[in-house]
Amino acid sequence: MVSLKINGQSVEVPEGATILDAADKLGVHIPTLCKLDIPEFSLHNHGASCRVCVVEVAGRRNLAPACATPVMQDMDVKTHTARVINARRTVVELILSNHPKTCLTCPKSTACELQSLAAELSIQGIAFSGQSSRHTIDASSPAYVRDMNKCVLCRRCETMCSTVQTVNVLSGLNRGFATCVGPAFNMPISDSVCVSCGQCVAVCPTAALSEVNNGAKVWAAIRDPDKFVVVQTAPAVRAALGEAFGMPAGVPVTGKMAAALRMFGFDKVFDTDFAADLTIMEEAAEFIHRFKHGGKLPILTSCCPGWVKFFEHQFSDMLDVPSTCKSPQQMFGAVAKTWLAEQLKVDPARMVVVSVMPCIAKKYEAGREDMGRDGRPDVDIVITTRELVKMIREAGIKFAALQDEGFDDPMGESTGAGVIFGTSGGVLEAALRTAYEWITGNTLEAVDFTALRGLRGIKEATVDVDGIAVKAAVAGGLGNARRLLEDIRAGKKQYHIIEVMACPGGCIDGGGQPYHHGRTEILKKRMKALYAEDKSKVLRKSHENPFIKKLYAEFLGEPHSKLAHELLHTHYVKRPRM
Amino acid sequence: MDAEQCRCMDEEFKELDDYIGQFRDKKTALIKVLYEAQRIFGYLSEKTMLFVADRLDVPAAKIFGVVSFYSYFTTTPKGRHQIKCCMGTACFVRGAEKIISAFEEKLKIKRGETTTGLEYSLDSLRCVGACGLAPVVVVNEQVYGKLEAPDVDTILANNKG
Repeated sequence: MVSLKINGQSVEVPEGATILDAADKLGVHIPTLCKLDIPEFSLHNHGASCRVCVVEVAGRRNLAPACATPVMQDMDVKTHTARVINARRTVVELILSNHPKTCLTCPKSTACELQSLAAELSIQGIAFSGQSSRHTIDASSPAYVRDMNKCVLCRRCETMCSTVQTVNVLSGLNRGFATCVGPAFNMPISDSVCVSCGQCVAVCPTAALSEVNNGAKVWAAIRDPDKFVVVQTAPAVRAALGEAFGMPAGVPVTGKMAAALRMFGFDKVFDTDFAADLTIMEEAAEFIHRFKHGGKLPILTSCCPGWVKFFEHQFSDMLDVPSTCKSPQQMFGAVAKTWLAEQLKVDPARMVVVSVMPCIAKKYEAGREDMGRDGRPDVDIVITTRELVKMIREAGIKFAALQDEGFDDPMGESTGAGVIFGTSGGVLEAALRTAYEWITGNTLEAVDFTALRGLRGIKEATVDVDGIAVKAAVAGGLGNARRLLEDIRAGKKQYHIIEVMACPGGCIDGGGQPYHHGRTEILKKRMKALYAEDKSKVLRKSHENPFIKKLYAEFLGEPHSKLAHELLHTHYVKRPRM
Repeated sequence: MDAEQCRCMDEEFKELDDYIGQFRDKKTALIKVLYEAQRIFGYLSEKTMLFVADRLDVPAAKIFGVVSFYSYFTTTPKGRHQIKCCMGTACFVRGAEKIISAFEEKLKIKRGETTTGLEYSLDSLRCVGACGLAPVVVVNEQVYGKLEAPDVDTILANNKG
């Protein structure tokens, strides 16, 4: 242990700790900007590039960045002297001097860390003026916008993209005033190996990276009398939406969300969880077929579009390994524009399917060439949880005070298995619940596969199915997925079934969720919320969903029927590795 | 691209590939490999950078990050005669600006550019360490010193084709 003094108070911390760690222990607040540590995801970004956290250390001539300076025995640190406060203000004013002054209309306004920092330091004017960066805004992606003029060069996105996700699309480019973070050759991001997982957007402190906002498109569709507009909401949305309205993390707001969407004026308010149950029907059937007939194993889940694009780029030699199932979002759209349209006697050409997703890759997925039918997309407009928050505010709805409402039939009914799709391990758990019963013909009593739950990056379990040990694994985050897949490719590991989600922790940590600012306890609470909702359901196995049974009886026939293949399955394409 | 050019490209990439082959620790060889690639091709095209990325297993973005950071590396083809005007302090005070402007006027290009047909490229650089000869111009590896604007014609005449 090392003992030191901060502002005259003694504190002991382990060797190797930083001044910032020591200050945290004492409850002394040192402002930061570039720093972001999420140990659970192995994300460590403290390059001390912003210099906001500088402090005075007795005996040192220069101020020291608290986030990157290791403590030393008997160090004497002052965190808020006139010199320190002055330096911090100067640093922030310099950053602001080259930052667009468009805060009032910025998509990140009130959620921007630079804005909060300026307020915290009482910046009331900027002493510096000069040239401003003139980077071209990259709006090539359907998922997110890159505005490098708003970049503060914290490099969080680059660390996330390369270290955690191993997508490696972002790097510091150029030098001096022209420095920015971007893809190779400054190409449009949509031409790059980016998979739109959105984790860069999730950690960006400003609006240098922000989701494409489709709120206006949704309002226009709702207000168009010729359109029949249905909405579906992904499982992870309900676990986080309340946070934006002052409710504690981990309180599911399913009923209030349905009520708010109905107030918007949607013609039908449905649940992606229904389609999650449908996905399990198809995926479990596919797994069992491969399992029994010596097909390609392991089978990999394919509900996550970031993951799908990742393996198309990085594992293009293994395109026959993933399940051919479309994601629940896409299955929902495909069924809505056929079965539902028929039932409601609505011309599918008039139908607009809106998705509310925790994810920005879903915006990309909806526009993929392999999706849709007869030139008609399965899903027309995708908004994220954050865009839904903005729409609820625009509509003047007092969200926290809403009375709970339910979803509409027939695509609003779901089982507990559908609900847990929103968290890492959930899809696999749901698949195992159904696959077990279908293979053995017995009722599965212990439906909780707890070994597959939690924030850990790689989770493994062996399940006894009729005397056969089924080996299952879960990867949360693309870096973990890469490690798992490389081991499989090298023949080092063998599994029967693997779930992969691009975001660490799964969809509850999606790139479109309310910002968690690195606080993983929020993510754990979101996970708990979904497992609690699962537990509260009478039906917890996808194949028990009465409306899914009806869908197969009336329309699809059985899993993997010709029609099911046409509507619910897809194919993958080889994409360049670099 | 005709067959001859194509074969020539292949040979150049093979030369680069052989050079890369000698490194056991590929990831730390990046700068050396880029240096060699630029020596072979004269500049670093996207194709060359992607080739290096693939062979060294270093992300293309990282490679472009390095290439765009160091002024030594260029992503556009340079002329057969590379004129580099020293703009260091000594040369600057002894009229380097007039010399580089004279080149710009004669070649009808700005500093940093290359003439069509790739005969000349014109760049400025900082101190070449020959301040006694200020103002100094380096053409290919040849140093010209104590220059005045009219000397530009002679230099161009000596470096043609």
